Amino acid sequence: MRDDDIRDAFATGGGPAGAGAQDAPPTLSFGARWTYDPAPESEAVAPIDSRYGLFVDGEFVDPRSGRYLQTIEPGTGEVLSEVAHADAVDVDRAVAAARRALPGWSALPGEHRARYLYRLARRLQERAREFAVLETRDGGKPIRESRDVDVPLAAQHFFYHAGWADKLDLAFGAHGHEPVGVVGQVIPWNFPLLMAAWKLAPALACGNTVVLKPAETSPLTALRLCEVLVEAGLPPGVVNVVTGDGSTGAALVEHPGVDKIAFTGSTEVGKAIQAKLAGTGKALTLELGGKAAHVVFEDAAIDQAVEGVVRGIFFNQGHVCCAGSRLLLQESIADDFLVRLQRRAARIRVGDPMDKNTDLGAIHSPEQLARIERLVAQGVADGGTLWQSPCALPERGTFFRPSIFTDVGQSDAVVRQEIFGPVLTVQTFRTPEEAVAKANNTTYGLSAGIWTDKGARILWMAARLRAGVVWNNTFNRFDPAAPFGGFRESGFGREGGRQGLAAYVRRPGGLVQG
Amino acid sequence: MSEERPTVEKTYKLFLGGKFPRTESGRSYVPAGAPGVHVCRASRKDLRDAVVAGRKAGADWAGRTGYNRGQILFRLAEMLEARKDALLREILAGAPGVDADEAWADVEAAVDLTAWYAGIPDKLGALLGSQNDVAGPFFAFSTVEPQGVVGVIAPDTPFLTDLLALLLPPLAGGNAVIGLVSERSPLVGLALGEACATSDVPGGAIQLLSGLRDELLPEFASHRDLDGLLVAGDPDAAVGRAAAGSVKRVRFAPAWSGPAPRRLDWIEAFVETKTFWHPVAP
Repeated sequence: MRDDDIRDAFATGGGPAGAGAQDAPPTLSFGARWTYDPAPESEAVAPIDSRYGLFVDGEFVDPRSGRYLQTIEPGTGEVLSEVAHADAVDVDRAVAAARRALPGWSALPGEHRARYLYRLARRLQERAREFAVLETRDGGKPIRESRDVDVPLAAQHFFYHAGWADKLDLAFGAHGHEPVGVVGQVIPWNFPLLMAAWKLAPALACGNTVVLKPAETSPLTALRLCEVLVEAGLPPGVVNVVTGDGSTGAALVEHPGVDKIAFTGSTEVGKAIQAKLAGTGKALTLELGGKAAHVVFEDAAIDQAVEGVVRGIFFNQGHVCCAGSRLLLQESIADDFLVRLQRRAARIRVGDPMDKNTDLGAIHSPEQLARIERLVAQGVADGGTLWQSPCALPERGTFFRPSIFTDVGQSDAVVRQEIFGPVLTVQTFRTPEEAVAKANNTTYGLSAGIWTDKGARILWMAARLRAGVVWNNTFNRFDPAAPFGGFRESGFGREGGRQGLAAYVRRPGGLVQG
Repeated sequence: MSEERPTVEKTYKLFLGGKFPRTESGRSYVPAGAPGVHVCRASRKDLRDAVVAGRKAGADWAGRTGYNRGQILFRLAEMLEARKDALLREILAGAPGVDADEAWADVEAAVDLTAWYAGIPDKLGALLGSQNDVAGPFFAFSTVEPQGVVGVIAPDTPFLTDLLALLLPPLAGGNAVIGLVSERSPLVGLALGEACATSDVPGGAIQLLSGLRDELLPEFASHRDLDGLLVAGDPDAAVGRAAAGSVKRVRFAPAWSGPAPRRLDWIEAFVETKTFWHPVAP
């Protein structure tokens, strides 16, 4: 190391431009000499077919519709493959296959169903890198995240629920249990494989059969999972996968042969599904949008809180329903915290999702990028002060800079609406009561975060925040043993834990959803 | 010849916010089961007032310890036991065809049911919560919390147990409840308010309306600040559609036979699971 490197590394001074704090925290600067070389993951481990059919009754079939949709690689903007665009006739075939498979599957001893789920978990682990590469190419998330989060968690979900399949009597002894029947599952594009696992594992453990509809723009890992189902010897028809767009999802929701719908996606579509199922007596669980408050008190471990806030909003490009998108800072630390946060956010590496050093990958689609840009422009027009990372963006693909809004009010669109991108709003508060009032001032209620060193305050706050998941001195943690789901307009029903299992059993004499 | 003593007649009123007002609309109707009586025909405005009061009282009710809520529900059982004769008369006055033995059995069952649910509130965490064995250095657990304010549309029967069977699960779960009593036979349901008023139930945690089901049910379904709705009967498309606008938690309770259900899963339908994570570190 040369002398000027050392001087660079220990230089002190102000934060990024515009921070303006007088006593800015010391900064480490490594100059421009230490750069990262590209470290791309190999694509070869996950070959992609030029075209995929529907997975019905244990095999891939051509769609009766004869139509196909293209799926794009967000990191490059290029076409990856094309997948079947199922219509109502195709959905009907899939539902019929699931119906035929139901008596056999639900009558299996739980121990046997467990065995299949264990196989799925193990085979996913064996093919982990292949799934990670496929997920990143089709969805745009950094390979580091698909490798370290999405795929291992998906395998864990199958493993966890395998263990429940033969213990349902222990979970639901009081009132008994039976499978709900044929379950239609509609999942979003932000965690394609993980959402498939969240939905399939508990449904199968409880003896249901499934028709799964992956998102239009991220279907490849769910289709690859079908290969694993075949390898694992899962009986034909137990899981069917129909790809397509919103019309395919609507055909599944409206199909009279479906006994339950499980949906993860936007609140708007969730409300439409709830209305559509009204009066049918079909079961429904909804995991919808969010606008989580992330509350930082003055006594918090500040550097850890900065990391937590970064993890909260920039994980998966902010395409996370439970993202910590509304930062609430206690007034006494706000200026200092903001300097540190902007400095940290400026170091986030935005770029090629397949590069192992990338922190923030590609925005999932041009449509989503347009939505983010529209809302950010609205935020500026409403008088918000926008800070964006000065980082360079790749020339191709869909990317957006880490963005932080200050000078925003409770009624601003960027504070109220789910942006689903790497955009954070910052507001301040003085007392815990005010923090609670601001945090709860939303129609959503999916998640919340609290940073403080006071144990009693954590418990006091956690009890008052109207949210289904409260992360304390951490954020964005997920586990199949920990129930996940929302209050209010963030939906109903839970996924994970015994509570999540309850969404996939019918209890004799139970109430009926409407 | 001495004149027979004219009795003091009872006016049947709503039970709102811990008080007994008439409907703000000034309207009344004559129930089919009690042709000699005029009861309040509650309006949309009465429901809205009830939701405001329920929101306030619900915070109080939910904020109490489970032990305290359990004692209050048990106190309600005590008050019902002490009023069995009066409740019997209300059932018979509201539904002339009902057999007195059957009515008496119903009143006793109502007391028993209330006492059963009184044991619930301080066990919700044990029954519905969990410690979550997550794969990492975190302490993670899940609690249950009430949804807030829940509307209850009672079965249109003469019996008190049928009303309580639907009121008690969300109430034991910590919610404020707003009940619409039987349209044909509302008298015993309205008399329940008198027992509540002497049971230390916070004013507004239990509220009771009488009125026309067809008029009020759509208002319950579409009210955006009502968190949940429990309706006696089979699923109703209009109710479900109106409720979807606020992602309201809606459940229907089909008619049951035999004793009133005592169900943990009926409570579970009106609570929210909250999962808590905290790192474990030296």
